[in-house]
Amino acid sequence: MTAYFKQDGPVDGAALDGMAQGVLGRPVPRIEGLAKVTGTATYAAEYDVANLAEGVFVTATITRGVVKSIASEAARAMPGVLAVISEARMTTRAAQGTAGEAPEQEPQRVSYWGQPIALVVAETFEQARDAAKQLVVEYDADTGVALDPATATSEPQEDEAIDMGDLNAAMQAATYSVDMTVETEGHASAAMEPHAAIAAWEGDKLTVHASLQMLNYNISELADALDMDETNIRLVSAYVGGGFGSKLGISEDVVAAALASRELGRPVRVVMSRQQVFQCIMRRSETWQRLRLACDADGKLTGFGHQARVSNLPGETFAEPVLQSSHFLYAAPNRSLSMDLVRIHRMTAGSVRAPGEAVGMPALEMAMDELAEKAGIDPVAFRLRNIPDRDPEGNLPFTSHGLAECLRQGAEAFGWESGTRKPRHRREGEWWIGTGMASAARVHNASEAKARVRLTADGRAEVETDMTDIGTGTYTICAQIAGEMLGLPMDRVTVSLGDTDYPRGPGSGGSWGAPSIGSAVYLACKALRGQLAKRGNIDEADLVLKDGAVEGGRSVADLIGGEVLEEIGHYEPGTNEHDYTSSGFGAFFAEVRVNHWTGETRVDRMTGAFGFGRVLNEKTARSQCLGGITWSIGTALTEALHFDPRDGHLANPDLAEYHVPVHRDVREVEVLMLQERDPLASAIQAKGIGELGMCGGAGAIANAIYNACGVRLRQLPMTPDRVLACLRD
Amino acid sequence: MSETIKVNGSDHLMPADARVSLLDFLRHYVGLTGTKKGCDHGQCGACTVLVDGVRINSCLTLAAMHGQQEVTTIEGLGTPDAPSDLQKAFLEHDGFQCGYCTPGQICSATALLDEIRAEWPSDASDDLNAPSLSDEEIRERMSGNLCRCGAYANILAAIRQVAETGA
Amino acid sequence: MRPFDYIRPTDAADAAERISGAGVKAIAGGTNLLDLMKLQVETPKVLVDVGRLDMASIAEDGAGLRIGALVTNTNTANHARVRADYAVLARTILAGATQQLRNKATTGGNLCQRTRCTYFTNTDQPCNKRKPGSGCGAIGGVARLHAILGASDQCIATYPGDMAVAMAALDAKVHLTGGATGERTVPVRDFHNLPGQTPWQENVLETGEIITAVTLPPPVRARQIYRKVRERSSYAFALVSVAAIIAKEGGKIARADLAFGGLAHKPWHDPRLSELLVGETPSPALFEKVADTLLDSADARGGSDFKIPLARRTLIAVLTEATEDQL
Repeated sequence: MTAYFKQDGPVDGAALDGMAQGVLGRPVPRIEGLAKVTGTATYAAEYDVANLAEGVFVTATITRGVVKSIASEAARAMPGVLAVISEARMTTRAAQGTAGEAPEQEPQRVSYWGQPIALVVAETFEQARDAAKQLVVEYDADTGVALDPATATSEPQEDEAIDMGDLNAAMQAATYSVDMTVETEGHASAAMEPHAAIAAWEGDKLTVHASLQMLNYNISELADALDMDETNIRLVSAYVGGGFGSKLGISEDVVAAALASRELGRPVRVVMSRQQVFQCIMRRSETWQRLRLACDADGKLTGFGHQARVSNLPGETFAEPVLQSSHFLYAAPNRSLSMDLVRIHRMTAGSVRAPGEAVGMPALEMAMDELAEKAGIDPVAFRLRNIPDRDPEGNLPFTSHGLAECLRQGAEAFGWESGTRKPRHRREGEWWIGTGMASAARVHNASEAKARVRLTADGRAEVETDMTDIGTGTYTICAQIAGEMLGLPMDRVTVSLGDTDYPRGPGSGGSWGAPSIGSAVYLACKALRGQLAKRGNIDEADLVLKDGAVEGGRSVADLIGGEVLEEIGHYEPGTNEHDYTSSGFGAFFAEVRVNHWTGETRVDRMTGAFGFGRVLNEKTARSQCLGGITWSIGTALTEALHFDPRDGHLANPDLAEYHVPVHRDVREVEVLMLQERDPLASAIQAKGIGELGMCGGAGAIANAIYNACGVRLRQLPMTPDRVLACLRD
Repeated sequence: MSETIKVNGSDHLMPADARVSLLDFLRHYVGLTGTKKGCDHGQCGACTVLVDGVRINSCLTLAAMHGQQEVTTIEGLGTPDAPSDLQKAFLEHDGFQCGYCTPGQICSATALLDEIRAEWPSDASDDLNAPSLSDEEIRERMSGNLCRCGAYANILAAIRQVAETGA
Repeated sequence: MRPFDYIRPTDAADAAERISGAGVKAIAGGTNLLDLMKLQVETPKVLVDVGRLDMASIAEDGAGLRIGALVTNTNTANHARVRADYAVLARTILAGATQQLRNKATTGGNLCQRTRCTYFTNTDQPCNKRKPGSGCGAIGGVARLHAILGASDQCIATYPGDMAVAMAALDAKVHLTGGATGERTVPVRDFHNLPGQTPWQENVLETGEIITAVTLPPPVRARQIYRKVRERSSYAFALVSVAAIIAKEGGKIARADLAFGGLAHKPWHDPRLSELLVGETPSPALFEKVADTLLDSADARGGSDFKIPLARRTLIAVLTEATEDQL
């Protein structure tokens, strides 16, 4: 049976909160955690497959043009080499998130430096890697290829543009205003597990073990790339070693492994090298942003302008959605928002954790800090003064709105000293010390999701869906929801994920995973409760289940009576998506030290307060927020993709020179989570949290740097050279 | 060459191809995939193992260089039925998310506790002759293990618990 | 990685004989060589594993110290006498890489560490060091980690290591064997070459020659500091680093040995700096003058412009720290 629910309005909050098991929301350790800490969790490249051949990519060394010839014969003569694959169905970039269709194919057409053009397959990895490196390729290279986002052809993004009132007039009339530009450099997801796939055919049936976030879309993308029927494909991603957007769409390894395996008639494994992951998956676009903010003498915003320029390859529709939360975060009657996409031949731009807000929010919050200073208002108070009652552009109500509460609770926990602020007021030895804050916002989305829940004859529950757990805690929260609804302790619930043989989940992306799949599991369990209630001759609403039994009555196993009960929960967002604006909110507070001599910045402590509806698991939710704050530190201080200006190749394609934060960069971090229910966000009153923790955090650090040493930086990351260039003695 | 390497107490024959890294040897020849390949160039620490009790990046060394030596991997530190104190502490403190860097983090942390006991100094030691067990010391000593999920604060808590209570 | 023969020699003499051929590389820790072999920047046909030879001990050398070529970075930094008498050396080692890498990296290998210039490690880009005559990709490219002193139009790469910077400040000596001249000793300050027109000749090692040890001179009572400026707080190469050994007597500077990392193709030592400092009373003006002298020929050729003010400020910070709390 399928329990289907389309959400057209608020859900009744009582159901989940009225359960007796008391496991939902609790800081339960991850149910798959023991496998992870003992090294027994199996990731994509780690399946023990007999007769496995190894494939290694060869990548383009020109920016744009065509591959004229590939010296395949010479490669095939090398020890152990089985094949050189360069056929037209190979994909040349990863699919964009939720594409559901194949990305660009035809590898002989090169559109960025580092693009895969061939796959060398050999008996061993060592043989394949050597032969791939030796492969001689000739090209016809184009000249005069656009590489500089500042001068390339621009396409206005009409969907993003808003003009309300008269911003120019508001700026003219304002008591205080800021008009500033901020530039941010590109980012990489840099998930710790490189993209990898093992493909094997049995007749016309293809099975691929891969590292992917959204199997529900990936299966369609792979079927489209290979021109085959989805029913003949099985994708398995039981464990995913981090995604952060980079594994939303199928990557080149998946298709290449499938094609090579087909040609050779044996299983093929393709693991991308770290350099290849950097060069041919996804980058977050660099951004150029102009912020214009105007306010009256009381610090009420009267004008709000946010203009952005981002880049991508020709043909790609993705444009880093920089303005996403700017549309609704602050009230102001006169608004002008616009965005341009420029076309350049750097690697594909796509989703990297919190696309849009990750860089748009810090820029906005830097501008808000400057305006608060000009108006002589405490920055927390300034934000509190400008929180809208309704979405200022669509005039829609918010599903729930925790910003004010997060600002207040965060300020208190951090020990924020309110009042007028002065930079360069605290120095310890060589170090300037200061504090700063920023708001957090990240749009909330839910997505269609299905999950099967089975009650077995012995009274255990089994949850099955092709949803993935990329470190987000999906395994555990699914078990908690099922345990809560069905009155089962955690050790009597098993969760199987990441296999397209199971019902379609929502995929892990856009922070919608937990609320969406959680809703599907909830619906299935609610239907199962209905079945149990019927068998017990009571009303479902009166059914109290705890520890495997009806409270004070028969056991669940007894009620089931030797059968197996099964329900598929099917959740779909409805008119709630259009009738409301929905977002997670929060606030960041940071204390930093800036070295007077060297310009080095260290974040001494950070507090983040977040409101995102129901907290499903205090432990894993907190970890998501910690992760976001860690990314905020990287965004603020160290992370930048550097592209060669002459051929557009990524000049720091590894973890030595693309600086993700290390342990020592992350000092004291405190996370507060509001106890909130959002009856419009999802059937379980929860919103997404995977990205919120980095949506604005870099702005708090930038503002703290100013408060510490008096330097207003307008470029991220704020590396020592940039600090020093502005620091006065 | 009929040389062997001892891995978690069992002897294994050297691969014929000298190019095989210790990491690939563990993953592809011994079948122990708990040791992870994150970068293959000594830039992430996911491949950390102990060789004769000393932590190293198994990607930047050849299996051939370790004949007659004893390698301990994450699987040798504890099992799902009998996890080590650090493995239990990582679980309790949520010292991981996706789990991919985790075996390397735990191997590193295992060695770290010995190194602090032996009073090895670090870049965070105020006094080279008397390193302390400050948070900053632990963070510096763990900085060779990247975690992109950002579990650093929880990893610190897990290590601190074991360092202070022995469990 | 290209195929190669792996050989483990029986003793030093055997090693020396085997290393003398063309296409032969000695490997010890391997943390740099294997990295480059995977990228095929290095393609030896024979790999001679010297890692188990008897060169892994630290011994008294008169009043100084002799550190075998195969002593790991960890064992050097941990050594009681290094900690007590050569703190700057312990500090430089500990500021470099990670515990895992220091456990493998050796004294000899670390001195021979090759540049981290991205155009050197990317075999699909031009690099005169890797492929003579192909050009320098870093000039006009992405060059944040590049030289501001002693570079040439052929190469602007930097020597990336930390340990050798302290050794240059200490005026340590490198002991070599196996070359045409037999055993010889070279000051660390002269061990590395500037790129000039032959950037592939990174140091004075001749074909078949290997490092056997580094000797440290007798210790001096002085303030020893290593300051490394980097983009993240650990596990990053230096933008700029300064090793300083500074002693004061009667309010005046009695000794000042300085060396710099991140500025050049070699650990940078400028004898003029000691001359300016010794005998003088510490003052901001004096430090400015020293920094002016250090950087009087600085030329960043683009991306590393910022290193000029950064080196200047870092040097002044170190001199200030080294002199302010000494009588």
